[in-house]
Amino acid sequence: MNALVAPVSAFGSLWRSAPVSAKVGIVIVFLWIFIGLFAGVIAPYGETEVVGSVWQEWSAETMLGTDQLGRDLLTRIIYGARNTIFIALLTTVLSFFIGITSGFMAAALGGWTDQLLSRIVDILLSIPILIFSLMLLSVLGTSVPVLIIVLAMLDSTRVFRLARSVSMDIVVMDYVEVARLRGEKLWWIMRREILPNAVAPLIAEFGLRFCFVFLLISALSFLGLGLQPPTADWGSMVRENAGAISFGILTPLIPALAIASLTIGVNLVVDWMLHKTSGLRDEV
Amino acid sequence: MKSDGTNSNARTGETILDMRNVCIEGYGEDGWKTIVEPISFQLKRGEVLGLIGESGAGKSTLGLSAMGFSRGGCRISEGEIFFDGMDLRKASETQLRDLRGARIAYVAQSAAASFNPAYRLLDQFVEAPVLHGVSNARDASQSAVRLYGEMNLPEPETIGFRYPHQVSGGQLQRAMIAMAMSCKPDLIIFDEPTTALDVTTQIQVLIAIRKAIEAANAAAIYVTHDLAVVAQMADRIMVLRHGRLVEEGEARSLLAAPKQEYTRQLLNVRTERKEPAQVDREKDMVLRVRGISARYGKGVRVLENVSVDVARGETVAVVGESGSGKSTLARVITGLLPPYEGEVAFQGEELAGSFAERSKQDLRQLQMIYQMPDVALNPRQRISEILGRPLRFYLGMNQASCRERIDELLREVELPESYAERFPYELSGGEKQRICIARALAAEPRLIICDEVTSALDQLVSEDILKLLNRLQKTLGLSYLFITHDLATVKAVADRIVVMLQGCVVEQGEKDEMLRPPHHEYTELLLSSVPEMDPDWLDRVTADRAASGRLG
Repeated sequence: MNALVAPVSAFGSLWRSAPVSAKVGIVIVFLWIFIGLFAGVIAPYGETEVVGSVWQEWSAETMLGTDQLGRDLLTRIIYGARNTIFIALLTTVLSFFIGITSGFMAAALGGWTDQLLSRIVDILLSIPILIFSLMLLSVLGTSVPVLIIVLAMLDSTRVFRLARSVSMDIVVMDYVEVARLRGEKLWWIMRREILPNAVAPLIAEFGLRFCFVFLLISALSFLGLGLQPPTADWGSMVRENAGAISFGILTPLIPALAIASLTIGVNLVVDWMLHKTSGLRDEV
Repeated sequence: MKSDGTNSNARTGETILDMRNVCIEGYGEDGWKTIVEPISFQLKRGEVLGLIGESGAGKSTLGLSAMGFSRGGCRISEGEIFFDGMDLRKASETQLRDLRGARIAYVAQSAAASFNPAYRLLDQFVEAPVLHGVSNARDASQSAVRLYGEMNLPEPETIGFRYPHQVSGGQLQRAMIAMAMSCKPDLIIFDEPTTALDVTTQIQVLIAIRKAIEAANAAAIYVTHDLAVVAQMADRIMVLRHGRLVEEGEARSLLAAPKQEYTRQLLNVRTERKEPAQVDREKDMVLRVRGISARYGKGVRVLENVSVDVARGETVAVVGESGSGKSTLARVITGLLPPYEGEVAFQGEELAGSFAERSKQDLRQLQMIYQMPDVALNPRQRISEILGRPLRFYLGMNQASCRERIDELLREVELPESYAERFPYELSGGEKQRICIARALAAEPRLIICDEVTSALDQLVSEDILKLLNRLQKTLGLSYLFITHDLATVKAVADRIVVMLQGCVVEQGEKDEMLRPPHHEYTELLLSSVPEMDPDWLDRVTADRAASGRLG
């Protein structure tokens, strides 16, 4: 029981200290996560079930109308939340794992390791990420695992740079020298001495990068190289329904709004975390 | 000023600063809290007031308030501050700006942090006089050269064209004093101007400060934690503690007959003396350093043929100014900097040059304690984790015996066992250093290298740390290699003394022998530069050195 009470009360005090903007952000993010997790229960129809004709008006049966194939748009949005958020989250986690590990290693080992890793990253950074991922995906195919790995690799270059610069200031501290002189292995030093001190800016960056990855996946889907139909995802829903705009139908704007709301929500939370971790006190 | 005669100026004796019931508050988690309780004092032209106390006593805050300034998160909540008849608390920001830098000057503790690294010294000197309309750039440059000369800076004509990183710390501090003098201020506030300096440099800066105050016929507030330094500078001394005035009096009478217990404690600091260790220097040698030379990269040699021995149960102190290579010696012994020549033997066996090639047992038996306990402890680890890791790593202890040993270690360094669950930031500086000592002890070492372990601490606190180290040595039979620039520390702990200069050992021997004349020329300079409580000390040393022609 105690194991449950502690995090709940910790969240409670965090919630109370949060400004209004952050509370709005938290509500939006949790709402989407909840919808994504329980998509199967909440959604009125199946993910690919055709329930009516093309681009129907909003009605009691289809609350947000239907899409270009006559599927229920609300259902698609709900399943889209699950697919898009899940993939974006997995990609970001993997990207951070790669980026933090290599960034810390570059800082802790220095010398040639640092040079090698940093120059590889420089090369990758010199090519725009959207073009590079389009190229890789058209060569490697567009299955979900490939999508996640390619995007994580490319995105990790940004994480690498942050992790390296943050840990550069940490590896010169005497406590890291103490650990080295004790004979600790590199992995232990990275995990126990460096990571806890670098975690604050990294968490803030995590929120931001999650947004970028999420938008990138939407953009790729819009261009046809992201998630493949009939899987629902917000980016491709905008693309598939784009034609409706010329008939004055608002359908494509609804998934676009969903993307916007999640991005804004995450950013509100991240802004708050950045403020909290930057160590700046409110001026009196 | 102390030396009479020079201040025959008619205006001497006129009250320049009058602080009445000044009270300062600081903002904390539970709102505004008083950090300096109502305090009043007056300052006459030509008079020097010494503010003394430990860190957190409020002495710097009070010093800054004399120019109507309070740091961020602080405010002057009550009282009046009259500067030459003008109430600074009622003055507008513009009026204050006109005063500061022109009529009230401030000399900060760390010149290196106060100079803008992107501008030449001269440009920074000229800025204030030109901005305040005191003189034009050309005249200001000329007065800079004159002041640099008065401050005994080398090449006063050209030193202004250097950048802050191109001159030494002591020179930079003197350049800052020259800068404070640029507008001929009526009041100068010195905030620990020599605390970050070596003794040999400190004495030059002290002489420069004296000259400056004398020349400007200004009033001065001298903030420091070192009673011996303030004894040289001040006419009047105020002792502060926890934002409260403890004692106030004329410098000489206060030093001769302190009324309060706390002042007596401050005066009696640096009296700790170690019982000489009984060691067998033939048989029981823990560390043997032979003919070590080291260099950084392929460039300059920083150590040249250094040999040092440490026997079981004894303390060897390595002294020298900053840049003398004493910390580099520690880096070579610990294996952070493999030597270029020579060998390090530990308990009779030669050690690998780099720590990465040494065995766990070798690493365990040679521990190190650092200068800054703040950066030597991981701020995100609890004390139990900091102390527990060496126990598990070296000795393979399990959870229960680890717990027990941590409590034991905390008792050993005289801290309560409840500290195990705290984070480093919940401890004071002295307590943090005790944790560092406990961490070194956890490894059950033979030799501990102490790198300036007390120089970041207040005097009373560092005295306790030295006592603790001496007691631990006696009970555990430890050996210490004590690196320091402070000769008072050396007197307190050392059995043997090694004097280093520019990467070479100048002289070494038993403590008593080393402290007795005749000395090597450099040892003599070091020894004579340590300030004494005697208010006439600086005058005497200046006279002595002038006689032997070795000043500057």
